[in-house]
Amino acid sequence: MRIPVSALLGMSITTIFVLIAIFAPWIAPYPIESAVGKVWENPSTTYWLGTDTIGRDILSRLLYGAQVTIFVALVSSLLAFSMGAFFGFLAATRGGWIDMVLSRAVDLMMAVPSLIVALVVLSVLPLNLTVLILVMGILDSTRVFRLSRAVAVDIAVMDYVEAARLRGEKQGWIIFREILPNALSPLVAEFGLRFIFAVLFISTLSFLGLGIQPPLSDWGGMVRENKDGLVYGKAAALMPALAIAVLAISVNLVADWVLQRTSSLKGGRGA
Amino acid sequence: MPKIGTGDLLEIRNLRIEATAYPPGEKPRHLMLVDDVSVTLAKGRVLGLIGESGAGKSTIGLAAMAYGRGGVRLTGGQVLLNGRDIRTAGTKGLQALRGREVTYVAQSAAAAFNPAKRLMEQVIETTLLHKVLSRFEAEARAVDLFRKLGLPNPESFGRRYPHQVSGGQLQRAMTAMALCPMPDLVIFDEPTTALDVTTQIDVLAAIKEAIHDTGVAAIYITHDLAVVAQVADDIMVLRHGKTVEYGSADQIINTPAEAYTQALVSVRSIDHTEKSSAAPVLRAEGITARYRGTDFDVLKNVTVDVAAGQTLAIVGESGSGKSTLARVITGLLPAGAGTITFAGRVLSPDLASRTKDDLREVQMVYQMADTAMNPRQTVGTIIGRPLEFYFGLKGEAKRARVQALLDEIEMGAGFENRYPAELSGGQKQRVCIARALAAKPKLIICDEVTSALDPLVADGILKLLLDLQAKEGVAYLFITHDLATVKAIADKIAVMYRGEVVRYGQKSDVLAPPFDDYTDLLLSSVPEMKLGWLEGVLKSRKMASAGN
Repeated sequence: MRIPVSALLGMSITTIFVLIAIFAPWIAPYPIESAVGKVWENPSTTYWLGTDTIGRDILSRLLYGAQVTIFVALVSSLLAFSMGAFFGFLAATRGGWIDMVLSRAVDLMMAVPSLIVALVVLSVLPLNLTVLILVMGILDSTRVFRLSRAVAVDIAVMDYVEAARLRGEKQGWIIFREILPNALSPLVAEFGLRFIFAVLFISTLSFLGLGIQPPLSDWGGMVRENKDGLVYGKAAALMPALAIAVLAISVNLVADWVLQRTSSLKGGRGA
Repeated sequence: MPKIGTGDLLEIRNLRIEATAYPPGEKPRHLMLVDDVSVTLAKGRVLGLIGESGAGKSTIGLAAMAYGRGGVRLTGGQVLLNGRDIRTAGTKGLQALRGREVTYVAQSAAAAFNPAKRLMEQVIETTLLHKVLSRFEAEARAVDLFRKLGLPNPESFGRRYPHQVSGGQLQRAMTAMALCPMPDLVIFDEPTTALDVTTQIDVLAAIKEAIHDTGVAAIYITHDLAVVAQVADDIMVLRHGKTVEYGSADQIINTPAEAYTQALVSVRSIDHTEKSSAAPVLRAEGITARYRGTDFDVLKNVTVDVAAGQTLAIVGESGSGKSTLARVITGLLPAGAGTITFAGRVLSPDLASRTKDDLREVQMVYQMADTAMNPRQTVGTIIGRPLEFYFGLKGEAKRARVQALLDEIEMGAGFENRYPAELSGGQKQRVCIARALAAKPKLIICDEVTSALDPLVADGILKLLLDLQAKEGVAYLFITHDLATVKAIADKIAVMYRGEVVRYGQKSDVLAPPFDDYTDLLLSSVPEMKLGWLEGVLKSRKMASAGN
C-alpha cells in the first residue's frame, strides 16, 4: 500500500497539531496568562512569534489554544456525526412517520441561522465546555442528518438491503452493516469539512465573547484580542488565523485520501 | 469469407481500439477493446455483429462513425466510408457525415429521446440540420417512414411526446429518425434487447422491411444469434475484441466452424424431463394485490402451487405481475386478498409478522447480482451471514460451511476474501445462489436470474440450479420472460398476462397445443435459430388473421 505525498503531508501536520495540543503545558515557553513582554513586540529570539495586545507570548498562547480548539471541534463533530448519521439512516430506512417527524424537526432547526440559535442558547445556559460542545454538536448534526438521509435513501432501495430485510435482520444490522459501509465515503469527506467548520464556529463564538472563556484561550479568541494590531502593521492576529488555515488544509488532505480509499470497492487493496 | 475489396460502402481494415481504465484507488490499466478486426459492407447489405458483453461489438459499431465512448481511442487501422478514411476526417468532416451518411439506433429508446420535445421534431432534426430536405419534405418523409414501420396513425404520430407511446413504438420511431436523412449506413445497437418477445418480433419485422425498402446498409449489433439470423446477410462473431468467425449468415448458423460459434448456436441444450406432480410446498390461493396509492390490481385472483423439490416457472412479459407475485409471497407487498400456505402452515401476509423459520425457508435470488450483494462485504461475509443468523454458526464451523457452499456452486477455494467487484457476472450470481442455499430453504424464488447474463454463462447457472435441486431437494419459483429458459428448467408453468394466470399446468401440457391466443403469440414470438423464421411466422399469422 502506497500513501500519496499529499496525504503523508496532511497526516504529519495533523499529527504535529495533535501532539502540540496534548503536550502544550510542557512545551510552551511561557505561562498562558502572564504578560511577559511589552505590548505587540515583533518576533524575536525571546518571543518567537512576538507578543500580543497585553504583552503575552503568542507562541505559548497558540500552543494552549490548539488544545482547546482541536478538542472542542473534534468532540462536537464526532457528536454531530454520530447523532446526524444515526437519525439520518433511521429516517431513510424506516420512512413513514419517523422520517416525517425527524425531517421536519431538522428543517425547523435549520430554518433559524445556527449562529443565532447558538447565541441565544449560550446566553441562557451556563457557559462551560460541555454546554458549548453539546450546542455545537446538535446544531451541526442537522447538516449531517440531511446528508446521511439523502445518501441512505439511495442505498436503502438496493436489492441487498431488501435481501437483509427478507432474512429478518434487525434495524441495527441494516443501518450499521449494510448502509453505513456504503455511505462512508461521502460522510468521511463531510467530516473533514465539518471539523473545520467547527473550528471556525467556536472561533466565531469566541470572537463574539460567547465561546471559550478566559483564562482558557482559543485561536478565534486570539484573533479578536489582536485584531486592532493589524491597523498598526502588527501581525499578531494573523498567527492564529494561519494556524486555523494550516489545520484546515492538512485535515482535508487526510480526508481526501481516506475518501479515495473508502470509495474503492475492493477493500482498498488495489492501492 | 467476403473479400476485402474496394468500392464498398464501408471498409474497416485492421481496426484496433484501446482504452485506459482508471479504477478508483488502483493503477491505471491498459485495455485492448478491439484487436485487428476487418469488415466490409456493400450497399444494401446487413452485417450482424454478435458476441457476449465486453466482446467489443458496440465499440466497433460506434467506430464506424469514428466515435469512441469516453476515453476510448482508435489507435490503429482504417475506417473507410465511401472510400474516405474517416479516422483522419477531423471534427468538421465528422460533423458533416454523422447523422447524414451514418446514423445510429440505440438500445434504450426511452433514454435516447428528449422527453420534452414532440417525436416529429426529433425525428427530422438531423435531416434539417444537414439540409437534406426542407421541413415540409422531411415531415412527409417521416410520416411515410412511420407508415412503413407500422406505427399507428402515421399522420398524427409525430405530434405525440415520447412518454405517450409504448417502448416498441419508440424504438420504431428511433429507426425512423435514423432513416429520415437517407443515410448510407445505419448502426442498430441492440435495438430489440429491451423489448418483450411479442413486441420484439414486430419491431424486428419493421426494421427488416425498412432496411429492404430504403436500400440502406446496416450494422446490426446484438448478443442474440437467433435475432441476428433473421436480419443479417453476413455475421461476424466476436469475443474479447477479436474476430472468432466471419461469414455469411447461412454458413454461421448452419455450418459454424469454430467451437465458440458452435456453442452459441447450440446454446440452451439442457435436457430436463419434467417430474410428475407432487404435494405442494407452497400454495398461493386467490391472490389479489395492488401497490399503495394506486387503484389498480396488479394481481387478480392468482392461484398457483409449487411442488416440493420441483420448479414452477412463471412466464409473462413486463407488466404481467410476475415479479409482484414474488413480492407478495415474500411478504414485501402484503396481499389484499387470498392466502399463502407454505409447508402446511398459513404465512402471514406481512413480512414483519413472519417467524424466523418462515423467513429462512423462503429465499430469493435477484436478477441483478450486482445490486443484490453489498459491495462492501466479502463473499465470506455474504454467504456466512445467513449461517450465523439462522443457525448461530461461528468461527471455524462457519468458515467450513462457507467453503462447502462455495464448492457446491463450483467456485472452490480462495473466493471467500474477495469482494463482489472482483467477481465476474456469472460468479456473482453463483454467490447469490449460495447465499440463498446457506439458509437451507425449502423454496427459492428466482427472479429473472439469468436475463442479465450472457447466454453461455446463463446456461451454466441453469445447470447449476438443476444440479442443486437434485441434490438439496429445493423447490424453485422461477420468474422469467424467456421461454427457452422455461423449457430448460420448469416442471410446471404458469403463463401470466396483465395480472392473471392465463394458462397453468405441467410443462408438457402447457407447451402442447391447443393453445390459447396469448400463449400462442408468446410461443411463436421466440426467435428460432434458423434463417427465414421471421418470414414464416409473419406469414402464418397473416394467414390465421385472414382465415378469421
